[in-house]
Amino acid sequence: MPFIPHTEDDIRTMLEAIGAPDIDALFEEIPANLRAPGLPGVPPALNEMEVGRLMADFATRDGRPLNFIGAGAYEHHIPSAVWSIVTRGEFYSAYTPYQAEASQGTLQLLYEYQTMMASLTALDISNASLYDGASGLAEACLMAVRANRKSKSQRILLPVALNPTYRDVVQVIAGNQNIAFELLPYDQKGGQTLVSALDQYTGQDITAVALQQPNFFGTLEDVDAATDWAHANNALMIGVVNPTSLAVLKPPGQWGKLGADIAIGDGQPLGVPLSSGGPYFGFMATRKEHVRQMPGRIIGRTLDLDGKSGFTLTLQAREQHIRRAKATSNICTNQGLLVTAATIYMSLLGAKGLAQVAATSMQRTQQLVDALTRVPGVRLAFDRPRFHEAVLLLDRPVKPVLESLARRGIIGGADISARFPSLGAALLVCATETRTLADIDTYAQALTETMRNSAAAA
Amino acid sequence: MHEKLIFEHSAPGRSADAQYPRVPVEAPVPAALRRASPPLLPEVSELQAVRHFTRLSQLNFSIDTHFYPLGSCTMKYNPKACNQYAMLPEFINRHPLAPESTGQGILQILCELQDMLKEVTGMRGVSLTPMAGAQGEFAGVAMIRAYYKARKDFARIEIIVPDAAHGTNPATATMCGCTVKEIPTLPNGDIDLDSLQAAVGPQTAGIMLTNPSTIGVFERHIDDLRRIVHEAGGLLYYDGANLNAILGKVRPGDMGFDVIHMNLHKTFSTPHGGGGPGSGAVGVSERLLPFLPVPIVGRESDRYRWLDEKDLPQTIGRLSNFMGNTGVLLRAYIYMRMLGRDGMQRVSEFATLNSNYLAARLRVAGFELAYPERRASHEFIVTLRHEAHEWGTNAMDFAKRLLDYGFHAPTTYFPLLVPECLLIEPTETESKEELDAFVDAMIAIRHEAETEPDKLKGAPWTLPVRRLDDVRAAKQLDLTWKAA
Repeated sequence: MPFIPHTEDDIRTMLEAIGAPDIDALFEEIPANLRAPGLPGVPPALNEMEVGRLMADFATRDGRPLNFIGAGAYEHHIPSAVWSIVTRGEFYSAYTPYQAEASQGTLQLLYEYQTMMASLTALDISNASLYDGASGLAEACLMAVRANRKSKSQRILLPVALNPTYRDVVQVIAGNQNIAFELLPYDQKGGQTLVSALDQYTGQDITAVALQQPNFFGTLEDVDAATDWAHANNALMIGVVNPTSLAVLKPPGQWGKLGADIAIGDGQPLGVPLSSGGPYFGFMATRKEHVRQMPGRIIGRTLDLDGKSGFTLTLQAREQHIRRAKATSNICTNQGLLVTAATIYMSLLGAKGLAQVAATSMQRTQQLVDALTRVPGVRLAFDRPRFHEAVLLLDRPVKPVLESLARRGIIGGADISARFPSLGAALLVCATETRTLADIDTYAQALTETMRNSAAAA
Repeated sequence: MHEKLIFEHSAPGRSADAQYPRVPVEAPVPAALRRASPPLLPEVSELQAVRHFTRLSQLNFSIDTHFYPLGSCTMKYNPKACNQYAMLPEFINRHPLAPESTGQGILQILCELQDMLKEVTGMRGVSLTPMAGAQGEFAGVAMIRAYYKARKDFARIEIIVPDAAHGTNPATATMCGCTVKEIPTLPNGDIDLDSLQAAVGPQTAGIMLTNPSTIGVFERHIDDLRRIVHEAGGLLYYDGANLNAILGKVRPGDMGFDVIHMNLHKTFSTPHGGGGPGSGAVGVSERLLPFLPVPIVGRESDRYRWLDEKDLPQTIGRLSNFMGNTGVLLRAYIYMRMLGRDGMQRVSEFATLNSNYLAARLRVAGFELAYPERRASHEFIVTLRHEAHEWGTNAMDFAKRLLDYGFHAPTTYFPLLVPECLLIEPTETESKEELDAFVDAMIAIRHEAETEPDKLKGAPWTLPVRRLDDVRAAKQLDLTWKAA
């Protein structure tokens, strides 16, 4: 029996000890009218060899195209050591570290992770992860409402240039708690959020302002001015950040005169593969004074009975298993294994390596933009400094172009036309350090041919 | 055994530069937006990092190394094939926004997974997007709210939970803007139907329930319970934390539940990863179909595509940036295909056999079961109130001493209504020998409790650290390392 070790003898002895005639008798408390007749809709079992072949066939069908999409998930080199260690059974098959003494490996790693993230964001403390960046922003908004005791309005300002799916998720998760989200427009020429748009809110009760750096278009925002405005108006500042970028960009804790209050983001770029959408992890960092409002697991260092240092889950009085209906969040299981990957990744890359990944990605994206904007019918949308993504405008609908590129083995970018109709036919592209100049050239040639052929067809 | 912090292995100028991009370049960042000083990340060689994290891993208990009978957590074996084949390069290198034409393989897998989960739960529709059990709960209660809003029944905002419910249930109800009403459990483990009858009314949105319940028994009057809630106009929510107990034996849909979340990281054996990732897929009955979270995989003749807000205009919306924890879903799919229809029924059969055997042996050995007159489901509760009263050795002392004996502790002090309790869930993948060894350890510890109680109160003695001072951890917060 797959994954069940019982022999016939075992079963007999065990039933005798229980005093039951057979296994079916163990289900006697289930009313007979409810008993299922089995699961005919589930296929029969495969052995490992067969399931391996099946999965390989599925995988082969999807192939390995050359990817130029970012849009919230970024393809970076992942050192072999990362997943070789992450998939060790001692990390992979352990539970949430409730029994601290039997989980020191996971706990110490999470403490090291918290230290790295606090430093990367230049804030005091980090939690041990949330689900992803989008739901992390929702948690940050809920946290801001709890933490900003000067504000009663539950009004939060979000930029239009924020990842639009983040905005959707925030509305779904925080929307049932009477929080009003209002939108800050962006500059059509530069792509940056218009900080001047904040002026109309000056003097009003605003709970928090969020800004994404770099924003969804890849454009760099004027984070200092926005942060100073927020603090001058008793609002908390939430920074939505890409962790790779923090190796070279001013970290949220140093935005403006006082620094942002909460930083969140998706940790996927730190050693987590694209994985068809997940699992990734969300990170959150904040100032010391807000720690009791923070959602999620937090690990602390303490002493054992012999006075020796060790690690444990702490501040659990915030959490659902203690506070129940009054908890800071319902989050329980989070994304521990991905944090394990990120901690190993950051240890291997170090500050210098991470800065080089960031710098090379910026350079590659610039080279990609240069190459693609030479193609007739393609131009750059925004002229402001950017990180490692850019919006290109096409002279025709994006989707057929992407389909044509896909047939040539190229994933050409994310079609953002529907979410940003005022841009027209807009394509968000990204090249990280994993794309070579030859890759960029391949894309540019394929795009040239695609544009030529579809123009000819039109 | 002690392992230094990674920062203490660090030395300025050391690096693992085989991992760096080959040609160093300056980041063209405007001066005002540039980072002034580098973050505090380790400077170590690749070997130092590998050795450090490997050593850390060895400080953990895990399923691969230890019996891990953590109640309500379903710590069963995670087959290696599930990891191996979920990490095929085509799957892990695929960008979630790549055109559907380049992802027909993975979309078919996810569609078949949706179908299998519908079959095992008896629900009409499934969405795979929630990223953990608590997010599945959130989706479930949000759907209940959306259902009543669509019916313009705005008064229904109260969620009923039994007092034995997992903490995420009331926390979720609050997050969804609902109020919470608790109802008591009877001494025999069933829900107090009189209290339920008194609690329901025009304000009732629904009841959140797990069956078998968190006290490890099947709710026998589920039919009456359903009738009471449905007649009051409320909906039934099934918390799938304990689905392992009934796989293939009884289906939540057939019990009359309107919405269910499943913990794929429990029942379907995806790894817990030291605290995630999980996956909290949700299933619904006919009337909640329009409200499922998106995206969902749809099939049109032989093509697969994502269904989104345009296809389900009444959806509660999106819960993540993409489509949930796809890698976890792949592992669950592989597991389900390896079990097949018969293997899935064996899961509940042998999980229940192991649980009842362990309960029977512990009872004979003198331990008190919390619900001795009931048949155990896949888990059961031992109450150590006598041991605590007689010898001053409480459930936590037993739990910590078990670690010295090489067993992970059962869940302690949950559910809250049973004093000094251990919630024990052996799962189907453990052998009789392992269960017998656990019983031997419990007997030995009980003997120690009587003769040398300090052995328990000071436990653990043989782990990397002794019992940790949680009060100090919360009072003198040390959450990040700082260079001396």
